[in-house]
Order: sequence, then C-alpha cells, then structure tokens
Amino acid sequence: MSFPLLTAAAALPAAGAIVTAAVPAARRTTAKWLALLFSLGTLALAVAVMVRFDPGGDRYQLTESHAWIKDFGVRYELGVDGIGVALIALTALLVPFVVLAGWHDADPLETHSKRWRPTQGFFALILMVEAMVILSFEATDVFLFYVLFEAMLIPMYFLIGGFGDRAHAGGDDRAAAQRSYAAVKFLLYNLAGGLVMLAAVIGLYVVAGNFSLTEIAAARASGELDMATNTERLLFLGFFFAFAVKAPLWPLHTWLPNAMGEATAPVAVLITAVVDKVGTFAMLRFCLGLFPEASRWATPVIIVLALVSIVYGALLAVGQRDIKRLIAYASISHFGFIVLGIFAMTSQGQSGATLYMVNHGISTAALMLVAGFLISRRGSRLIADYGGVQKVAPVLAGTFLVGGLATLSLPGLAPFVSEFLVLVGTFARYPVAGVVATTGIVLAALYTLVLYQRTMTGPVKEEVRAMPDLRPRELAVVAPLIALLLLLGVYPKPLTDIVNPAVRHTMSDVQQKDPRPDVEAAK
Amino acid sequence: MSTTDFHSLWTAAAEPLGEIPTPEIEYVQLAPVLIVVGAAVLGVLVEAVVPRRARYHTQLFLSGVALACAFAAVVGLALSGHATTKAQISAMGAIAVDGPALFLQGTILLTSLVAVFTFAERRLDPAHHGHRVDSFAAEAAAVPGSDHEKAAVKAGFTTTEVFPLVLFAITGMLVFPAANDLLTLFIALEVFSLPLYLLCAVARRKRMMSQEAAVKYFLLGAFASAFLLFGIALLYGYAGSVSYARIADVVDGAVGTVDPALAATMSNDVLLLIGFAMVLMGLLFKVGAVPFHMWTPDVYQGAPTPVTGFMAAATKVAAFGAMLRLLYVVLPGLRWDWRPVMWGVAIVTMLAGAIVAITQTDIKRLLAYSSIAHAGFILAGVIAATPDGVSSTLFYLAAYSFVTVGAFAVVTLVRDAGGEATHLSKWAGLGRRSPLVAAVFAVFLLAFAGIPLTSGFSGKFAVFKAAAEGGAGVLVVVGVIASAIAAFFYIRVIVLMFFSEPHPEGPTVAVPSPLTTTAIGVGVAVTLVLGLAPQYFLDLAGQAGVFVR
Repeated sequence: MSFPLLTAAAALPAAGAIVTAAVPAARRTTAKWLALLFSLGTLALAVAVMVRFDPGGDRYQLTESHAWIKDFGVRYELGVDGIGVALIALTALLVPFVVLAGWHDADPLETHSKRWRPTQGFFALILMVEAMVILSFEATDVFLFYVLFEAMLIPMYFLIGGFGDRAHAGGDDRAAAQRSYAAVKFLLYNLAGGLVMLAAVIGLYVVAGNFSLTEIAAARASGELDMATNTERLLFLGFFFAFAVKAPLWPLHTWLPNAMGEATAPVAVLITAVVDKVGTFAMLRFCLGLFPEASRWATPVIIVLALVSIVYGALLAVGQRDIKRLIAYASISHFGFIVLGIFAMTSQGQSGATLYMVNHGISTAALMLVAGFLISRRGSRLIADYGGVQKVAPVLAGTFLVGGLATLSLPGLAPFVSEFLVLVGTFARYPVAGVVATTGIVLAALYTLVLYQRTMTGPVKEEVRAMPDLRPRELAVVAPLIALLLLLGVYPKPLTDIVNPAVRHTMSDVQQKDPRPDVEAAK
Repeated sequence: MSTTDFHSLWTAAAEPLGEIPTPEIEYVQLAPVLIVVGAAVLGVLVEAVVPRRARYHTQLFLSGVALACAFAAVVGLALSGHATTKAQISAMGAIAVDGPALFLQGTILLTSLVAVFTFAERRLDPAHHGHRVDSFAAEAAAVPGSDHEKAAVKAGFTTTEVFPLVLFAITGMLVFPAANDLLTLFIALEVFSLPLYLLCAVARRKRMMSQEAAVKYFLLGAFASAFLLFGIALLYGYAGSVSYARIADVVDGAVGTVDPALAATMSNDVLLLIGFAMVLMGLLFKVGAVPFHMWTPDVYQGAPTPVTGFMAAATKVAAFGAMLRLLYVVLPGLRWDWRPVMWGVAIVTMLAGAIVAITQTDIKRLLAYSSIAHAGFILAGVIAATPDGVSSTLFYLAAYSFVTVGAFAVVTLVRDAGGEATHLSKWAGLGRRSPLVAAVFAVFLLAFAGIPLTSGFSGKFAVFKAAAEGGAGVLVVVGVIASAIAAFFYIRVIVLMFFSEPHPEGPTVAVPSPLTTTAIGVGVAVTLVLGLAPQYFLDLAGQAGVFVR
C-alpha cells in the first residue's frame, strides 16, 4: 500500500490543531510558530499531491478507501481530480498567510482570566478548518463530504464570533454583539442549508443504496440506476440549496457581508477564499456528477441567479461605506461569475470557473489582508475615515492597489484569465447572459477604484498622518501573494494543465459538448 | 351480554380449582433484574440497620456493585446467545429475554450507573455544619423552612433512601421493555414511576418547587397509568388474554379457543383500537411526546438535577423500548391503523418541542423541551416499522441517554449562592471563566443539535435513514426542519457561554469529585466514539433488532 498522501494532507493540520491547542497559556508565541510550521508542512504535502498527480491519468487519483460505517453504506473514500488538486493547493497556500497575518489578532487582553487561551484557540481553529476543508476537497464519498461540510461550520463559527478586530476588542459591547450576531447568522444559514442537504443525502441513499460518488456515477451512466425525473430534481435541489448558501448565491448571500465585516481580516479570508470554495467545488463535483439531467434542467434558473449575484453584488459594493463589507459584496459578485462558469456547461466556462476559484482566493486574500492591516492601524472600517494614505504609507497603498486591480480583473493579473474564460464560455452558449455578466466588470472597476481613491489619495487626514507603513511580517504576507497573482496572470498553464482534463470529465458527466464556435451556434 | 354468558361466568368460577402450578422461573435469564431488585431490598435494610454515618458509603457501594453486576449479567446473557439464537420468553410468558430487551437493559444499567454517580456527588455545595451535603433534602419529611428541617440540616442528615429508590426505579425500567404481557407492563410501569415521583420531591434547595414538580408528575402520571390500565382492560376484552403473543394471534385472525365469557367482545375491532390507543397514550406520556408532554418542563425543572438527568435518560429508553415491543410484536398486522396517528404525533412532537424551546430562559426547561423534540426524532425511527427502524431506535436511545446524563451533570456544576444557577442569563461568559466545562457542555449541545462527528448525528442519521427507507420521507423532511429550528437554541447557549462577557457576580463552577467527573467524562467519550466510529455499536443494535414472540 502506498503512502496515504491525501489523508496525510488533512491529518497534518488536524494534528497541528491539537498540538497548538495544548500549548500552555503562557507560551502563546510557541503556539503561533507551531501553527505556522504545521501550515507550511501542509503546504509541502499539498505540493507533493500536485507533483504526484498525473493530469493525463485516471479521473480520481491517489485514491484511498477504507470501511467506515458499514450500516450506512459509508466508506472513507478519498481521491482527487484536477479541480480538487487546484483547490487543495489554494487552501494549503493561503493558510500560512492567514496565520501570519493574524499573528497578533488573538493576543489575550489584560482583562482576560489566566486560563482563557484565545491565541491557542484561534490558531488551532484555523488549522482545524484547514484540515476539514482539505478533506472535503478529497472526499469521494457523499456522506463523508457531508459530515465535513457541516462539521467545518463549528470551528468557523467560533472564529467569527470569538475574535474581532483589535480596535473593537475589549469592552465594546456593541461590537461584540454584532460579532456574535454575525456568527449566529453564518451558522444558522449554513446549518439550515446543510440540513436540507441531509434530507437529500438520505434520499440519495434510499435511491442508490450507497454513497460512493464513483459507484453511483458509474451505475447512472450504465443505466443500472434509474432515477425518476422528479426524484432526481428534488435531490439536486437539496444538494444545490446547501451549496448555494455556502457559495453564496443571491438570495442566500446575506450572511456573508455580516460574517466578513465582523470577523478579523484573516478569518474573513478564510471564509471567502477557502471555506466558500467548498460550495462551488461541490456544485461541480456533486451536483453535476450525481444529477446531470437535473443540472441541465435547472441551468436557466441558476444562470439567472448567478447574473443577479454578479450585478447585485457589484452594485451593493459600490454603495458600501465599510471596507470589509465592500470586499464581501465584491466576493458575492465574483461567486456569481464562478457559478455562471460552472452552469454555462462549456469547457471554457468550467475551466474558467475552477481557475476563478483559485484566483479569487488569492486576489481577495491579498486585498482583504492589506485592508486588515490598514484597519488595524486606524481602528476603523469606514472608508470615510481614511484619505491620503498613499502619501504616508506608500507600500501599503501600492499593495492595496494591486489587490484591488486583481479584483477588477486587470489584464496581466491572474483573475483576468479566469474571468475571460468564464465570459467566453458563457457567450458560446448564452450570449445574453454573457453581456449582462460583463457589466459586472465595469462595476468592479467602479467600486475598486472609488475605494482606492477615497482611502489612499487626496489630502492626508489628520488621523492617518502617523500611520506606519507595512512591517516586515506584513510584507511577507502580501508580497508572495502579489507575485503569485502576476505569475498566474502571465503564465496560467501549470494550473490549466491540471484543471482541463478534470473539466472534460465533468462535461461528459452532464453529457454536454462545447457548442461549435461558428455563427450558427452562437445564435 | 346474554344470560347464558352470565351463566357461564358463574359456572366457570364455580368449578373446583385445580392445583396451582409452581411457576417456572428462569433465574439465570432474569439475573439482571433480580440483582437490582435484590440490591434495592438490601438498601432498604441498610437504611434500617446501618448507623447513619456509614449509610452513604454503604449505599453507594451497594448500588454501584449491583448495577455493575447486573450489567455484567446482561453482557453474559448476550454473549451466550440469549440476544439472538437462544432468545426466549421466560417467567411463564411474562418477560421476554431477547436482543432488544438485553440491549435496552444494558443501556439502562450503564446510564443508571453513571447517573448514580451524580446522585452521590457531595462536593458541589459547601459543607453545612461540618457535614458534606448532596443534592437531596436533609430530611424529606420535614416541612420546608421549619425548625424540624433546620434541626435535620444541623444534624447532618442526608436522604440516603434515594439509592434504594433509584434501584427500585431501575428494576421497573429493566422489566418495562422486556415485559411480554400487558399486566407485567403495567406493574413495571408502576414500579419505576412511584420511586421517580418520590425522587422528584426530595431536592435540597428550592424544595417547594421540587415538591410541586413531584405532585404534578404524580397526578399526571397517575392519569396516564389509568389510561394504560383501561386500555389493557379493553384489550383483554378483545383478545381474551393479556399476553402479547395471544393478542397478536387474535389480531392476525388466528384465534384459538374462544373464552365463552368473552364471546361477545372478542375480536371486536372497536375494543382493539380504543384499547390500543389508550395503552399508547400511557407510553407516549412517559416518553414526553406531544400532546402528553405537559409535565416535562415543570418536572425537569423542579426535580433535583441528578434525578432529572436519570429520568430524562433512563425513562425514555425504557418507555421507547416498551413501545417498540408493543408495536412490533403485538400490532404488526395493524400497521395501517397506527401509523397515521403516530406520524401525526411524531411531527407535532418534533416541531412543538423545537419551537417552544426557543422561548425558554432556564437551562433545565430548555433541555426539557429539547428532550421533547428528541422524542419526536426517536418516534420517526419507531414508525419506520422495519428491522432498521428497531436497530436505529436502539442506537439513538443509547447515544441520547449518555449525552443527557452528561449534560445534566454539567448543569449541577454551575452554581451561585442559591444553588444551581439554571437561569440562562447566568451562563453568560462561562466559556471565559471555565473554558473546559463550557467546552464540554458545548460538545453535549452540538450532539443534541446533531452536528456531524458527534453521537447525535449518527443517531439522527440512523433514524432518518430508517424512516426514509420505511416510506416516511415526510417525517424526514419535518425532522430536518425541526433540527434546523432546534439548532438555533442550542447555538444560543453556546453564544452565551463563549461570546458574552461574564457577569462580575455570576455563578462559579464547582470543582466536582471524581464521581461527577466520571459521569461527564463517560458522556463525552461516548458522544465522540459514537460520532466518529459508530459501526461496532450499530452492529450491536442491528443484531439486537429481532423481537422474540
């Protein structure tokens, strides 16, 4: 038996969480370094997964399969396709930066009791989320995936509710109340979505008799497993609802601005760049893989929802006064693009959507983390409280600009490639949808540049006059992310090579071929 | 009734009685029950002869050993095949020794053992007059607030009678799911109910509330027992027998000799349906299903918390066990008659429990309503009417009972000057002060909410799966909705514990003795093991899923 690389990639951060949590209260710096080490170790394992993965090989590779709960027909089954590999790499890449960016976010206050160990808890929870997210990208058993999908809510919930911005921490009851409201809203939305999915998961078992993604897909393809049309549609809706809450898709998105606004910037990155990707990933893998016909049936409605998300998210982002909420609404707009790409049912669209997941993760992380550094300096999230920052902190302003330009998909930066692919893929099949989606780009330019202009340019505000520029630790967070954005913007081939074969499999799942690129089909 | 019928009644009675046969008792198969009831009797003697100062330790030792031995006997019986191949009816047809009975008895014995540990906890309150005190009144007979009571407290009296009482209750609970005729069922019900009424009344603090709870429980419980008994009488009229097998035969139409005295009423479906509905009412009362749940919040709140934990866990196991046997052994032929009603009860129970719980402000009442919602979930498994339905219900009961005992044990720890601080507002910021206790309670709450990787999820998944396979997809959907509603109030408590600032004069967390620590530790361990690797226990429940008839 070969080395269980996939299990190891999830087990290492889980072990890290336990070790970090066990560090005594007084040694919190040790806990931070341990968390960083474990996240870097996970990154190494993710790289190993990437190297061992053969893009031209079987659909699911590095597979592992063990008996787990026989009575439920559940196995511990792992395997990755190109999409999974890309997202595991994204997760493992971002978490070390999240750890580094949140280095001081959870230091205990004087008023806290000696036994309360927020620092250890903070980093242990981050690693726990990482472990569950990675394992959920690997699971090819529906039940196993469901368990992780739900279980990751609990550490996320404590991360959102338990740790606020330093500026507000300690005694500010209103901030604490808002934070706890945001955490509860996050949990209830996602839990409700997950419970609807639970009903569908049980329904799937009753219909199919087991939970193995590969077996069910094979049985469906060979005609052994015949689902009644209505059954399939109901099950599809049950799954899709949960993923649409997680992704989040309009009109199930309202938890995201609260959660991202109230959480600290690193946690907000964890939400939008890492955890939410599980939702869009699961649409590709489970909705399209298990219910191809229902997916085709639902496509028109979902495309409309995605378009609404794109435009509505962007419009609300233009109107935001709070930096973090602005980024949250921008993310909703971007998730609209991802869902659009997935359900355009073309290979460009789906490749683009997968790349979009990765690029959006990196660009949002860069923008959000710099925004977090900015906010921690001034103690306010309001755009109006800033002005002229580029004169006092040019490096901060510069990195903020690059992050913002990546968000608006400037050519040369990574998100451009994916957004372009999604739009091309959409035009091929749904020209009108493509046109509507393009307005999202225009609005993105508006909200990003207006944000930059109001905070960074103009006369220097009194309160920001003494603002220090990025510190070495902060630079170490931002610089690699920006480098990566540039690299993937100019040379996305390594990523597309891994993703494209997987997308071909997904396309064959839903029995779709790309429309021929001639004038007839475009009509 | 015609004259001849009357006549035959008289003549039958006038016949000379034959010799009363010596009953054959299979002592080995009944060992678990006999051990516990023997220990209970010994416990009464201990109260009479052992000096007061040695009683607590003697009683604790006696109860612990008896429960452990009884559990060993259950395991021994199961290992020697009495759960499967050698399952049989013993004690002249009164008691079934089969898989479900042994599984439930094992569950009851283990949870009771853990619960008895919480009964014996004496470190939570500060010592009174140099005597350590437990959760029970110094002298239950003393009027609250009277000089008599003060004298009893000063003398350091304790109500060690709770130990034999709880052993008697456990005896009844062991027999209840194994009862194979309706009279045994009724007697077992009374044997476990009466000690519970008493136990509810003997709280050390808030004695009036405790006594009020006991009176309410007693009155409503007596009412329910009366229903049950009336139902039994009607069923006797229908089948001419109280034995499960015989009633099942009559339901199936395989009628044997007709008792001439009952010729007019036998096989009359009206009697069957009404009688059966009444028996079910009695059982639904005990499990706390809507609309027979009214007693639950008051009694859970008023009773001493260790008793609440014991009652919430063990009673539910016993009563659901009896209900399973009744529905699967006596009435499989009537499935179409009872299923719609039970569907209704399950749906209302799930929703009402979950919705009303949202408005609660007292942790014990909250857990009471949560237990109502859980009764609804378990009913979904019971209704499945498949072998999977039985085994999933057994599994759920085992999982739920340990979480419950553990959760109530944590409630006993959070105290202020007035005893336990059960008002939710007092739990604010507990996570800041005692992270470990709050984390443990959070684990229990997540298990109640059915979050994956806890036993609550495995159990919920098992019963929902059984229900869906049994064709009750609607129940699954309602169950899922109720779970979502229920999640809200479990989460609310977690928010309160971890995200609220602690009150300066809030409650403190008492440092318990190893007894309560064991109870909580066992609860957490079972919760996590059944959540992560439930296969062994599912197998066990699966093997135990066949009733002997």
